[in-house]
Amino acid sequence: MNDLTVSGRFALVVLVAVLLALPQFASGYVLSVTIICLYLSFVGQAWNMMLGFAGLLSIGHALFVGLGAYTSGYLFTKHGVPPVIGVVAAVAIAMIMGSIIGYLGFRFAIGGVYFALLTIAFSEFVRILLDHAKFLGGTEGLFLPVTQESRRGVDLVNLRGAPQMYYYVILALAGGAFLACRALLHGRIGYYWRAIRDNPEAAEAVGVHIFRFRMYAVVLSSGMAGIAGVFYAFYYNNLFPEQVLGIERSIEITLAPIVGGVGTLFGPIFGAFILTPLGEFLTYAVDGLKESGIIAKNVKTDGVKLMFWGLAVALIVLLQPKGLWPWVCKLLGLVKPPGERG
Amino acid sequence: MDSVTIINALVSGLLTGLVYGLSALGLSVIFGVIRIVNFAHGELMVLGMYLALMLFRWFGLDPLWSVPIGAAALFVVGYALQHFVVRRVAYLPDHMQFLLLAGIAIMLVSGCLVVFGPDAQGVQLPYALDSFAIGSLIIDKVRLYAALAAIAVASALLLFFKYSSTGRAIRACADNYLGAKVVGLNVDRLYALTFGIGAACIGAAGCIILLLVQVHPYLAPAYTLLAFVVVIVGGMGSLFGALLGGILIGVSEEMASVVLQPSLKTAFSFGLLIVVLLLRPQGLLGRVVR
Repeated sequence: MNDLTVSGRFALVVLVAVLLALPQFASGYVLSVTIICLYLSFVGQAWNMMLGFAGLLSIGHALFVGLGAYTSGYLFTKHGVPPVIGVVAAVAIAMIMGSIIGYLGFRFAIGGVYFALLTIAFSEFVRILLDHAKFLGGTEGLFLPVTQESRRGVDLVNLRGAPQMYYYVILALAGGAFLACRALLHGRIGYYWRAIRDNPEAAEAVGVHIFRFRMYAVVLSSGMAGIAGVFYAFYYNNLFPEQVLGIERSIEITLAPIVGGVGTLFGPIFGAFILTPLGEFLTYAVDGLKESGIIAKNVKTDGVKLMFWGLAVALIVLLQPKGLWPWVCKLLGLVKPPGERG
Repeated sequence: MDSVTIINALVSGLLTGLVYGLSALGLSVIFGVIRIVNFAHGELMVLGMYLALMLFRWFGLDPLWSVPIGAAALFVVGYALQHFVVRRVAYLPDHMQFLLLAGIAIMLVSGCLVVFGPDAQGVQLPYALDSFAIGSLIIDKVRLYAALAAIAVASALLLFFKYSSTGRAIRACADNYLGAKVVGLNVDRLYALTFGIGAACIGAAGCIILLLVQVHPYLAPAYTLLAFVVVIVGGMGSLFGALLGGILIGVSEEMASVVLQPSLKTAFSFGLLIVVLLLRPQGLLGRVVR
């Protein structure tokens, strides 16, 4: 807050006001797109904690989301445990998995690209196991019961209610994650993380316990992703291993923070709010081109949309490799230059 | 479970594994020299498969004969990719390079989806169901031909790197980037050539594997992961390692589908990957990079 310029503070106040009031005036469609944006910025924040803060690249974060989703979904459908309690188990299991991967990776000194591949390997391994787990539905999927009347009203204990409720839940999660990450980054642990990220040898030489702080990053990040999984399960109400844990999901999680700016606090949020509407716009635009006959009718909209999307991602890497958020900040003068901070 | 079934599975896994190995060679060459993890690996392979499929449809060309064409076409694609795009991100951290290649991968796979549709398509060859019998051992004709073609391409590549002056120059870049520049090698051009050669390997492997499987766009990410597994098990940057890794994965997949269930075979190779990463992160034949 102290680092913001006047226009920066103004923009922040407007953003918070718009987000809080959005369900009052937005259509159901806008609300659902915003929910996806907020969801991706929440998971992105978790992922960013590992790469952006502690320098650990994970391309398997869908694993933690999936474990959280399956744990809470299983407890709810098979044992009637409400998600308020289920979330504890979900976070615990995601954290255990995170600490297993972290322990193995750091104990055996697997660095950089190899660590990323270790996360992919674990995520794929668990996905295939889930394909064969009959008690979790296997490839046929796990479905969470939902009734017409439960789509109205507010039931926070069972996470059942109108879209507006889901909106405020994920808004609270994304906002909370932002504040928590901010506190961590500006606290002792954040300085240790950044020291490890920028130069592990030097950090170790001045007495930072690299192993322990890397473990903190993985465990906290996987726990957050586990919470996201609970939201995912109760928002979509159906879970398929391929859809929840596929490598595409893991890549999707990395996109928002990378596009927004790795290591920045607002980058994951900004990236999510750029990429998701971009995808929606592309679908709309491609359908329009089909109507006007520029693209043949039998062409798959999804394919054309993804082509442009991939192109957009590649262009961002080539033109703004530090992410869009630092660039926008500078352009609009939202943040004070480092010299003028109090 | 009698011994004949197991030996048959072993041989069939060995033959398939050689094709995996050839494909992984492409990944390994690119990583070993340019230090870029080619996340669009499977996508390039699927391009090669579709090329062979089209050549078969239009001219009735056996995929084995389209291997040189596929290799040449993918060489151009790889060269251009390195020269125009990847070169520009060499200074960026790993995750940005990964993102760029993931973006390219998404473009390629969705491009295939738009052009060819989502259905699985394959070639029907007159000798598809033939096999050789040696005693009680039965070898599929297509599998044997595929493996022989893979061996031929891989040997050509190994000879190229060992004896040709360009191959030696490329190895020099891999061993010592600065030294290579100091002695006056055109590193940028050699890097582009390397990416082209790697992609040519992938294209050749794509043409060959069309003998064994039907092609559809979503094969691409699966092949990317498979090649990663093979290369890490064998050792990143080691050419023999890639072939050995391919054989190991081919055999273990085949054994897993005979002993357990076919759908569990990928879990088996990922399990193998985890074990290798933990016990010998540089791979079976890899060297420790400092």
